Amino acid sequence: MGQIKASRRHPGDTPGMDAAPAPSHPGHGPAAAPPGDLAIWFFILAELLAFGVFFAAYAFARAHDVELFDSMQQTLDRQAGALNTVLLISGSACVARAVEAVGRSRSATGARWLLAGIACGGGFLVVKGFEYADKFGAGINLSTNTFYMFYLSLTFFHFMHVILGMVILVALWVKTRQGAYGPADMNGIESGAAYWHMVDLVWIVLFPLVYVMR
Amino acid sequence: MNTRHLNTVWAVLLLATLATWAIGEIGDQLGIAGPLAMFLLLTISFVKGRLVVLDFMGLRGVKFFWRGLLIGWLLLVSALIAIAYWIALK
Repeated sequence: MGQIKASRRHPGDTPGMDAAPAPSHPGHGPAAAPPGDLAIWFFILAELLAFGVFFAAYAFARAHDVELFDSMQQTLDRQAGALNTVLLISGSACVARAVEAVGRSRSATGARWLLAGIACGGGFLVVKGFEYADKFGAGINLSTNTFYMFYLSLTFFHFMHVILGMVILVALWVKTRQGAYGPADMNGIESGAAYWHMVDLVWIVLFPLVYVMR
Repeated sequence: MNTRHLNTVWAVLLLATLATWAIGEIGDQLGIAGPLAMFLLLTISFVKGRLVVLDFMGLRGVKFFWRGLLIGWLLLVSALIAIAYWIALK
C-alpha cells in the first residue's frame, strides 16, 4: 500500500490553507486512496453495511407496528441519547485534531487530543451504562417486545464498537506519546482515527432513527 | 485540514445535534411532526454524516470513488428509512 500512500497529502503539508475542497496534491489531482491503511476502509465498509442492514430492519419492523414502536420510543431517555451524540461528535473532533497535530510533528499535542477523545468515549459508555441499568432495572430485556429487541441489540452492537474504538485510541495514544507517528508516518494514526469516526457516523444515524423519529 | 476548519465543523455538528434534539422535544409544538419531522431529521443526519466523512475522516480531497461509497451509504440508509416511514403511514 506504500505506493498508494505516497500520493497522499498530509495535514501539515499546507499549513494555514483554507477549508476549500482543494485537490490534495496540487498538480496530481485528488489522492487515489483515503487516509490510513486501505484495509481499514474495507473493514469500515463492511461495518457500515452491517449497520445499514440493521437500520433498515428496524425501520421496516417499525412499519409493521407503528403504535408499539412510537409508544416504546417515549420510554427512552432522549436527553441521554442527545448527550451521547455530543460526546461522540466531540470525541471524533478531538481525534481529528490529534491527527492534524501529529501531521505537524506535534506529538505531545496529538496525544492530549487523543486522551480527550478517549475521555469522550468513556463518557459515552458511562451514559449508555446508566441507560441500560435503568432499562434492565425495569425488567426490560430482549424478549420484552420487538422495539426493545431492536433497541437493545442495535445499541449494544454499537456499544461494542465504541469499546473497540477506545481500545484502538488507547493504543494510538501510547504510540503517539512515544513519538511513533509524524508527517512521514501517518498510516497508523489515520487508520485508527478513521475507525473511530465510523463509530460516530453510525450513531449520527442511530440517534434520530431510534430516539426521535416517530 | 486546519484547526479552525475542524473547530467550525465541530460547532456545526453540535448545533445540528441540538436541532435533532429540539425536534424530539418541542417539534410537536412547532408544528414539526410526522413526515416533515422525518424529512428534517434525515436531512440533518445526512448533513452531519457528510461533514464527518469529508472533514473528520479526511475524504474531502480523495477520489470521488471513496467519498461516493460512504456518502452513498448515507443516502441509501436515509432512503430506506424514508421508504419504511412512508409504508408505515399507509
